[in-house]
Amino acid sequence: MSEEANVAGALTPQARAELVQRLMKRQAGLSLRVAAVFVVLLIGIPLFNLYAPEKAATSEFGFTFAWLFLGVVFFPITWLLSAFFVTRSDALEAEIARSEREHLSTAKSAEGAKS
Amino acid sequence: MTWIPLFFVVLVTAATVIIGIVATKKSKSASDFFVAGRTVGVLMNASAISGEYLSAASFMGIAGLVMKNGYDALWYPVGYAAGYLFLLLFIAGPLRRFGAYTIPDFAQGRFDSPEFRRIAVSFVLFIGFFYTMPQMKGAGVTMSSILGWPYWVVILIVGTVITFNVAIGGMKGITVVQAFQYWAKVFAISVPLFVVMSVTGGYNSQLEQAAESPTGTPRLAFHAEVKVKGKEAAPNNILSFSSLEPVTISFPEGADIAKVGPARKPEPGETAIKPTELLEVIDGDAKPAASMHMPAGSVIRVNPVTVMKNGAPIFKDMRHVRTSAKIEFATATKVLLHSAYGVQNETGQGPITPNAPSNKAWLNPFGPFTSKWGFPLLTTYSLIIALVCGTAGLPHILVRFYTNPDGRSAKRTTLWVMVMLGSFYVFTPMWGAIGRFAMPLLYANNATDSAVVKLPTLLADKTLGAVLSGITSAGAFAAFMSTFSGLLVSMSGAFAHDIYGKIMRPESTSAQRLKAFKIAAVGVGVISMGLGLLVESFDIAMMVGWAFAIGAASYFPLLLLGAWWKGLTKTGAAAGMLLGGLCSLAAIVGHMLLDKKILTLDLPPLVRALMEQPAIWGVPLSLATMWIVSKATSSTVPNDIDIKMLRLHAPEELGFSKDYIES
Repeated sequence: MSEEANVAGALTPQARAELVQRLMKRQAGLSLRVAAVFVVLLIGIPLFNLYAPEKAATSEFGFTFAWLFLGVVFFPITWLLSAFFVTRSDALEAEIARSEREHLSTAKSAEGAKS
Repeated sequence: MTWIPLFFVVLVTAATVIIGIVATKKSKSASDFFVAGRTVGVLMNASAISGEYLSAASFMGIAGLVMKNGYDALWYPVGYAAGYLFLLLFIAGPLRRFGAYTIPDFAQGRFDSPEFRRIAVSFVLFIGFFYTMPQMKGAGVTMSSILGWPYWVVILIVGTVITFNVAIGGMKGITVVQAFQYWAKVFAISVPLFVVMSVTGGYNSQLEQAAESPTGTPRLAFHAEVKVKGKEAAPNNILSFSSLEPVTISFPEGADIAKVGPARKPEPGETAIKPTELLEVIDGDAKPAASMHMPAGSVIRVNPVTVMKNGAPIFKDMRHVRTSAKIEFATATKVLLHSAYGVQNETGQGPITPNAPSNKAWLNPFGPFTSKWGFPLLTTYSLIIALVCGTAGLPHILVRFYTNPDGRSAKRTTLWVMVMLGSFYVFTPMWGAIGRFAMPLLYANNATDSAVVKLPTLLADKTLGAVLSGITSAGAFAAFMSTFSGLLVSMSGAFAHDIYGKIMRPESTSAQRLKAFKIAAVGVGVISMGLGLLVESFDIAMMVGWAFAIGAASYFPLLLLGAWWKGLTKTGAAAGMLLGGLCSLAAIVGHMLLDKKILTLDLPPLVRALMEQPAIWGVPLSLATMWIVSKATSSTVPNDIDIKMLRLHAPEELGFSKDYIES
C-alpha cells in the first residue's frame, strides 16, 4: 500500500465522505455532459424520422438523409465525442489529483499542528 | 471450386491455432490465464477487444438484417458501436481502478458479499450461453453454405477446434489471436466489397435505385429455383408473395404445405380469405386448402385478392387494399417461380421476389422490422436501449478492461475500440444494400444471413469470386472463433476463478485452478455446441439482440449504480438484477416459443412488441427495483463505502486504487 493510501486511511470519516462527494461530482459532471449530447442524438433521430419523414427522405449523394446520417456519419460523431471525453477526462483527473493533494497535505499539517 | 473457400477458412483457423500456441508458451501464471497479466498495450488491447467483439452477428448478421429489413436494421451496427461510449463515460475508468478481475469480483468487492458473487456468476453463464448461440449459428451457416456440410457437422468440428485452443491457451494466448483476428476481419469485410461494388455499383447507387421507385420490389430471374425450408426452420419456412401481381409456381418435387393464408394480417370485421381464392391450380389435381399436399409436377398461380369488409372492398390511399398468399411449408423442397403469366412465358419481367419488402418500406425508417406489431417508435427505442446498455453487460467484454495497466489507458483503449469498431461497422450495411438488388433470391430462400459469403460469387470471373467468397467466409469464421473463444474464457473463468476458486475450494492452489479452467472450458464448449444445434432457424443478429437485452437489464444497472450510487445495497442490487434479468429472459423465451409456434397464445400486439424487445421496460424495472429495495435496506450499506468509492473514482495519482485480487 502506498503512503498516500495511508493518508486516505488516516482521513476522518467526515473528511473522507466530503472527498468522495467532491470527486464523484467532478467526474460525473464531465461524463453526464458528454452523455447528454449522445442521448439527445439517440432520442432525437427516431423522432426526426417520425415527424419529418420528407426531410429524412431527401436525397444526398444518392443516400437518403436518414440513411446517410445513421449508416455513415454517426460513427465519426461517436469518435469525436469519445475523443473529447478522453482528453477532458485526463485533464480533469490531473487537476483533481493536484488540488486534492494540496487539500490532503493542508489537512494533515493542520492535524499535525493540533496534536 | 469449393476447395478455395475451404482453403481460406483452414488458413485462418491454422493461423489462429498457431498464434495461440506460440503465445501460450509465454503464458505461465494463473493471472496470465485470466487477465493476461495486465500488461497489454493500448493498441494491442483495443485490437483484441474489437476482435473479440466483432462476432458472427456483426460479420454476417447485420448485412442479412439490413438486406431483409432496410433502414431499421442500421440501429444494430450503430448500437453495437455506440454502446462503447456509455461504457467509456461511466464504467471503464472506475471499474479498472477498482481492480477486480471479473464482474463477480466487482460484485463481491463492492458489497462485501460472497452470496452476491454467486448471483453474478450465474449471470455470466446465462448471458454467455445466450450469446454463444448466434455465434454457433454463424459458423454453421457459413460452413454449410460454402462447403455443403450439414449444419450439425460444422458445429461439432468448429466447436471442438476452438474449445481445444482455449483450453490450452487461456487469455494470454487469445489476446494476440484476437488482435490478429480484428485485422483479418476488417480486411475480409472491406476488400471483397470494393471488388463486388465494381460490378454492382456503389453503396449510394443501390439506395438511389430504391428511392427512384418507391413501390418497386426486386425481381427474380425467370424460372428462379427457390429452396424452401420445412417446419423445423419456422419462421423461415415461408414464401410471402407481393400483392402487386400474380406469380406462377411449379413444384417439380411436390410439396407438403402446412398453411396457406393471406400475407396481410386480417383486421377485425374483414371477410376471411379462402385458400381457393389465393391459389389457382393450373396443372395437376391439387385441391387448394389451408394445409395440403402438392403432388410433384403441380403448377399453380398465386393470385392477389381484394380485401373485403361487409361485402365492399376496402380503400386505402385511393386504392383497393389487396393481399396475396403466404405459404408455410411443412417439409423442405424445391419450387420454381415463373412469371405472372405462366410457366413458359418470358414476356416483361421476372417474378416479384417473395418475402422482400417494397423499396419504400425498406429504405425508410419504421419499416417491417419495427412496425411488425404496430409500435415502430417504441420498438426502435427499446432496441436502442438494449444495444447501448447491453454492451456494458457483456461478460466477455468487461473482463478485457482489466488487461489495461490503469484507468487512464482503459479510457484510451475504449476510444480506439470505438474507432476500430466504427471502421468495421460502416461496411456491414453496404453488403445488405447490395444484396437487395444483386441477389434477391436470398429473400426467397430466407437466407439473407449468408449475403456476405454469397455476393462475391456474382462476379463473372468465377475464380476471383471464389477467392473473395473464401475471404469473407474466413472473416465470418474468424468472427465466430474470436467471440466464441472470448465467451469460453469468461465462462470457464467464471467456473474456475469464481465457482471453484472462491466458492467451492477457496484453499485451492493456482495449479488446481488452472486445471479447473481447462476442464470447465471443455464442459462449456460441449454445452455450447448442444445449444448451437437448437438455433438453426433464428436470425443471428436478433439472437444477439436478446443477449444484449438480458445484459442491459441485469449487469448494466449493477455496474452503473454500483459505481455511481453510494446507497446501493447488496439486496437492492441483487433484487434488481434478478428481477430485470429474469423478466427480460422470460419475455424473450416466451417470444421465441410463440414465434416457433410451440406455444400458442393470443396476446395483444403491444405485449408481443414488448416481449420481443424487452429493454424498454426491463432496464427501468431493474434500476427502479435497485433503488427501492436499496432505500428499504439502507442500513446494510457497507461501512467502508467511502473507501470503496475512493477506489472507484479517485485518479490513480492519489493512490487509492488497489487491486482487489492481490496476485
